[in-house]
Amino acid sequence: MRLINSLGEWLDARLQVAASIREAAEHPVPRETASWFYVFGSAAFVVFMLQIVTGILLALIYVPSAGEAWNSLQTLNHNVALGWFIRGLHGWGSNFMVAIVLIHMVQVFLFGAYKYPRELTWIVGVFLLLVTLGMAFTGQVLRFDQDAYWGLGIGASIASRVPFIGPSIVNLMLGGPIIAGATLSRFFALHVFVVPGLLIAFVAVHLLMVLKLGINEWPMPGRVVRKATYIKDYHELTKTDGIPFVPGAIWKDMFFAAFILLSIAACAWYFGPFGPSGPPDPTIIQTAPRPDFFFLWLYAVLSLLPPSMETPALLIGPVVLILGLLVLPFVFGEGEKSWRRRPIAVLTILLVAVALGTFTRLAGNAPWSPVMDAWSGIPIPFEFLHNRSALERQGALVFQVKQCHNCHSLDDRGGKRGPALDAVPVRLTHDQLIRQVIQGGGNMPAYGKNLSPAETTALVAFLETLHPAGQSPARDASRAIALGTQPDTSSLPDQ
Amino acid sequence: MTEPRDISRRDLFMKTAMFVNGVVGFILAVPILRYLLSPVSRERKPGYESWIPLGDLKQFPSGETRLATYRNPVVNPWDGDTADIACWVRNVGGQTFQVFAINCAHLGCPVRWFPQSGLFLCPCHGGAYYQDGSRASGPPERGLFQYDYRIESGKLLIKAGEMPTPGQASNIVREIRTCV
Repeated sequence: MRLINSLGEWLDARLQVAASIREAAEHPVPRETASWFYVFGSAAFVVFMLQIVTGILLALIYVPSAGEAWNSLQTLNHNVALGWFIRGLHGWGSNFMVAIVLIHMVQVFLFGAYKYPRELTWIVGVFLLLVTLGMAFTGQVLRFDQDAYWGLGIGASIASRVPFIGPSIVNLMLGGPIIAGATLSRFFALHVFVVPGLLIAFVAVHLLMVLKLGINEWPMPGRVVRKATYIKDYHELTKTDGIPFVPGAIWKDMFFAAFILLSIAACAWYFGPFGPSGPPDPTIIQTAPRPDFFFLWLYAVLSLLPPSMETPALLIGPVVLILGLLVLPFVFGEGEKSWRRRPIAVLTILLVAVALGTFTRLAGNAPWSPVMDAWSGIPIPFEFLHNRSALERQGALVFQVKQCHNCHSLDDRGGKRGPALDAVPVRLTHDQLIRQVIQGGGNMPAYGKNLSPAETTALVAFLETLHPAGQSPARDASRAIALGTQPDTSSLPDQ
Repeated sequence: MTEPRDISRRDLFMKTAMFVNGVVGFILAVPILRYLLSPVSRERKPGYESWIPLGDLKQFPSGETRLATYRNPVVNPWDGDTADIACWVRNVGGQTFQVFAINCAHLGCPVRWFPQSGLFLCPCHGGAYYQDGSRASGPPERGLFQYDYRIESGKLLIKAGEMPTPGQASNIVREIRTCV
C-alpha cells in the first residue's frame, strides 16, 4: 500500500493532475440530480467504451476487403473462440448505444436542460446523435452481406437525388462507379477512424461543458430560467443544497452502467451476433434487403410517401429536422424547465415516439413489399376451393399462377401490398372486378396484356365466390332498373 | 516592445512562419483533394462505361426475358463477387432487345422478373414494372433503367459500368414510354 502511495506521489509530482481530477470529481451538484433519471449520459459513454474495446477486438480478425469481408465474418462467427460473442457484444452494443443516446436526449429535452447556459452542450449533443447514427450505418455496411450491399444501393439512390451534384456524391460515396472494394474500404476508414475521432472530440467537449456549467438542476414548476439571474441562482443552489458528484451521485451511474453492460452481454449471449446474411454477391437477386432496427422507420417512410413527395422529403426533411434541433435552445433558451408546464414539449415527444414506433412496427412486417414466393409457396385455403365449379377452380389456379397472391392475401396469408380479397365481391361488382384486373389502377398493375379472356373470366368467377356467407355480392343497381328485371341473386350461396 | 509601430524581430518571424505554413498547407491540400475526389474526377476520359459482351444471342430467346450477368469493366482484384453485376435481357423479337438494370428505379433494390404475370417486382418497397420496363405501380417515379445495346458477330453487347441511380443525368433524360 505504501509502495502504491509513493508511486502515486512520484507520478503526480511530474504529471500534476491529481488536484484537478479531484476537483472535477468532487464538484458539487444539486442534490436532486443524484437521480436515476440522470444516468443515461454516462451509460452512453460506457457503452461507447465497450464499442471501442470490442471494435478493436473485431479488427484483429476482420478483413476490410469486398472479396474477403464476408468470409472473415464467418470465421469470426465459427472458427475463432468466442468470436461470435464479441460480434454479438459489438452489434448489441451498437443498438443499446443508439437507444440510450435517444433516451438521454428525450430526458434532456423534457427536463429543459438545453436552455441557457447549456445551449452549446445541446448542440454538441445533436452532433453526437448524428455521429452515433453514422457509426450505426457505417457499421451495418462493414457487416458486408446482402443487406449491407443493397443498403448501400439505397443510400446511393437517395444521395443521387441531390440536385446537380448528386451523381458526384454517389461516386464519392462508393469510391467508384459501383459498390465494390473501394466502397467497403472507405466505409471502414469512416467507421474506424473518422467518425470515432469526431465522436471522441464531441464527447470531450460535451463532458467539459457539463463540468464547467454544472449538471442541470431538477426542474421545478415555477423555477423559471432567466439569463440575468440563472448562473447566480445555480451556484447558490449547489452551495446550499449540493453534494459532491463523487461519491454522492456517481454510484447510480455506475450501477446503471453495470446493468446496461450486463444486458448487452446477455443479449449477445442469448440472441447471438447479427448476421451476416447472404454473401454480398449482386447476382443473387433472391433477396429482400432490410435495414437494421434503428433505420426501419425510414424504410417505412420511404415506402409510404407518395412518389412525388419523396425526393423533397428525403433531401429537405433531414435538413429541417437538424436545423430545428440546433436552433431549439436559442428559440426557447429561457422560461419554464419543468415538463409539467411544457405540454407542447411533452406532446412533441409523444408524437415523435408514436410515429417512430408505428413506422418501425409497420416496417417489421412490411405490408408494402410483395411476398415474392406467395404464388408458389402459400396455397389457397381449402374452404375457398370446396364445392366450387371447374371454372372457379381454374380461376383459383390463375390467381396463383399470375402471382396475384404475392400482393393480395386470402385468409390473412399472402402479400399485403394490395387489399385482402377475402370479401372482394362485396365491394366490387362483376364489371368492376373485370375492369380492375384488366386495367389495374389504384396502385395495381394492369393485367390486360397478360391474361387471355378465358383466364380473366375464370379469375373473376373465382373472385366472385369469395364473399362471406350471408353477405350478398355487390351489384349494379342501375343495370337491373335499366333492364327492367329483378336483381340477380343467383350467385348467392344456397346455404 | 520598444516602438509600437515597429514590427519586432520575433513578430516578423512568427508571421513569416504562419505564412510559410499556409503556403505549405495549400501545396499539400491540392494533391490531397485531388486524391479524395478521384472517384468523381475520373482520370479516364470516357468515364466508367464501356461496351461489355453479355453472351451469345442464342442465350436470349425471342419473346423471353432472361437474367444475364457481366463482370464490371472497372474492377480491382479484391472486389470479389461485388463486381459481378446482373441485368435483365428482354428479347422483344428478332434483333430487338431491351436490357434493364437490376436496380429498381426507386431506391436500387434488385427487381425480379415474373414471366407468368409479365411483371418486374421489387422486394423492398413494392415497385412494379411491366415487361417493357415501364412503371406499373408502387413508389418508383419512372420505368426501369435501360442500357444501350448493340449486336456484334452474334453477341449481345451493352454499354455499362456504373450503377444506375435516379439522379444521373442520362437516366433522367431517357424516360421510357408508359404502357396502357
